[in-house]
Amino acid sequence: MRESSAPHSNSLPAAGGERAPSRFGEFWRAYAQNRGAVVGLLIVGALVALAIGADVIAPHPPHEQYREFTLAPPVWHAGGSLRFILGTDPVGRDILSRLIHGTRLSLLIGAISVAISLTLGAVLGLVAGYFRGLVDTAIMRMMDVMLALPSLLLAIAVVAILGPGLVNAMYAIAIVLLPHYVRLTRAAVLAEAPREYVTSSRIAGAGALRLMFATILPNCAAPLIVQATLGFSNAILDAAALGFLGLGAQPPTPEWGSMLASALEFIQRAPWVVTFPGLAILVTVLAFNLMGDGLRDALDPKLRRSTA
Amino acid sequence: MLGFILRRLALIVPTFIGVTLLAFALIHLIPGDPVENISGERGMDPARRARLLHQFGLDRPLAVQYAGYVGQILHGDLGSSLTTHDSVAHEFATLFPATVELATFALLFAVVVGVPAGVLAAVKRNTFADYAVMGVSLTGYSMPIFWWALLLILFFSVQLGWTPVSGRIAVEYDIPAVTGFMLVDTLRAGDMAAFRSAVSHLILPTIALGTIPLAVIARMTRSAMLEVLREDYVRAARARGLPRWRVIVVHALRNASIPVITVVGLQVGLLLSGAILTETIFSWPGVGNWLIHGVQSRDYPVVQGGILLIAALVISVNLVVDLLYGIANPRIRHA
Repeated sequence: MRESSAPHSNSLPAAGGERAPSRFGEFWRAYAQNRGAVVGLLIVGALVALAIGADVIAPHPPHEQYREFTLAPPVWHAGGSLRFILGTDPVGRDILSRLIHGTRLSLLIGAISVAISLTLGAVLGLVAGYFRGLVDTAIMRMMDVMLALPSLLLAIAVVAILGPGLVNAMYAIAIVLLPHYVRLTRAAVLAEAPREYVTSSRIAGAGALRLMFATILPNCAAPLIVQATLGFSNAILDAAALGFLGLGAQPPTPEWGSMLASALEFIQRAPWVVTFPGLAILVTVLAFNLMGDGLRDALDPKLRRSTA
Repeated sequence: MLGFILRRLALIVPTFIGVTLLAFALIHLIPGDPVENISGERGMDPARRARLLHQFGLDRPLAVQYAGYVGQILHGDLGSSLTTHDSVAHEFATLFPATVELATFALLFAVVVGVPAGVLAAVKRNTFADYAVMGVSLTGYSMPIFWWALLLILFFSVQLGWTPVSGRIAVEYDIPAVTGFMLVDTLRAGDMAAFRSAVSHLILPTIALGTIPLAVIARMTRSAMLEVLREDYVRAARARGLPRWRVIVVHALRNASIPVITVVGLQVGLLLSGAILTETIFSWPGVGNWLIHGVQSRDYPVVQGGILLIAALVISVNLVVDLLYGIANPRIRHA
């Protein structure tokens, strides 16, 4: 993984005449050793399938209100029916269907906010680590300021500026995640820049852009991939928290956090309206964390999980 | 040593300046200006608007406004709330002890449970105990704490009726706020019934807020212990025939404690993030609850002042952790 542009990466002779395992095979063997990581991957796969097929899989449309069946209990409760497997919410919408559609939203929030902050973070980190000097200081001090604010508080501040809503929540989360990618990329660039393959590439006449993005960046990929996976779980958690506080997705959007918040007053009469959305958040976040742990072990045993 | 302290102090000055810039920018980036927010939907005639803008100094150049803002901060003036008209600094100071009380107990809970759990997992590596601790801590780490808090309330308060649902103390007690810390104030007043009430109100929020730090600390303790247990001096201590617990606690844990202490220090930001959610759910009258109300009622001086003070707090705590780390580990000091 680390040697994609190193000159000797493809010249290792296969030992004992056996075929050398492909790079993916090697990675997979290391990854599969971690049983939790495999479980995490399976859950994430299932969630992605649910998200893609939500329209077909969900038994009911997510906004359809069955007024005669408000707060119907789940199927295993007395009075529950197979028609609403996980029961209905205060206005008679099927909870299971809303959760399935919520999967799509949560994964989308995770994907978009991670994509934004990973891209921006990698660029800023590359620039800071490659040019050093004043640019580096300016970028890193800015990141220090962002890290000085507790993550949810920073997200709330951004939402206060942009206004509440699902899209703005994604931007807020992307901003919150940004400093981690900048720091990781910069640290990796500082480690890679003095290596010989970079020097040789420079002597061969590569320009700054080519050196940064084509030569150095691929060799910083491992920590970024791990952080991006863990970033998914942070993004989903923060988005749910913002939704819960009324600052993220607005009802009637079937977002898990706002579903939970809008049913709060019925928590005693109908605990399931609160239990299942929370469980969905927990399982999804757990799956991404398991995957992140496995990826970290497989890609770079030296990496330690960041503590934040 | 002095050089190290001064270097670290110099390093946080730009961060502080950055935070004031951020807080200042917050007000100016918000769509509409404060005058518009005061006038509401109805609008206002241009002459009055210009007069108000002038009165607030909002017609001056941005740099001048920023300088004025920093001057105000240095005098401890953070403006006053648009809803209560009370000074922001004063409101923060009144509510802050409640948050500190909650966060302190949450952190205490996290350390008291997390460190032994991590040690147990490391010592009994690859046994059921290890898997159980790691499984529980990974779940805790992934927990949406607003949901976790609701489950705790549903089970312990609603089903079992053991603990109260919200607030810091039952309404029948009227304890004068001397320190702002409810446990201290009730003890000072000598009212044991009130003290018990305060303790019972503290239990669930403490567990809810402490869960994620607990998970982080347990994981960190385990990995630090695993590293230390491999060291020669641990084997040597065992070879000398010292009791197993003594080797674990005195020789290993003490040396594993540096990374653990660092992680504990880093939990402060996490605790304050969590406090926003925990306080909202338990109607805990702290700064997190206050800030959310500020955001929801568009009370921008509160949001601005709150963000500034919390950021200053996190920076200061991180600095203290950094300095302690430097004292504990000379290699850091001279790096």
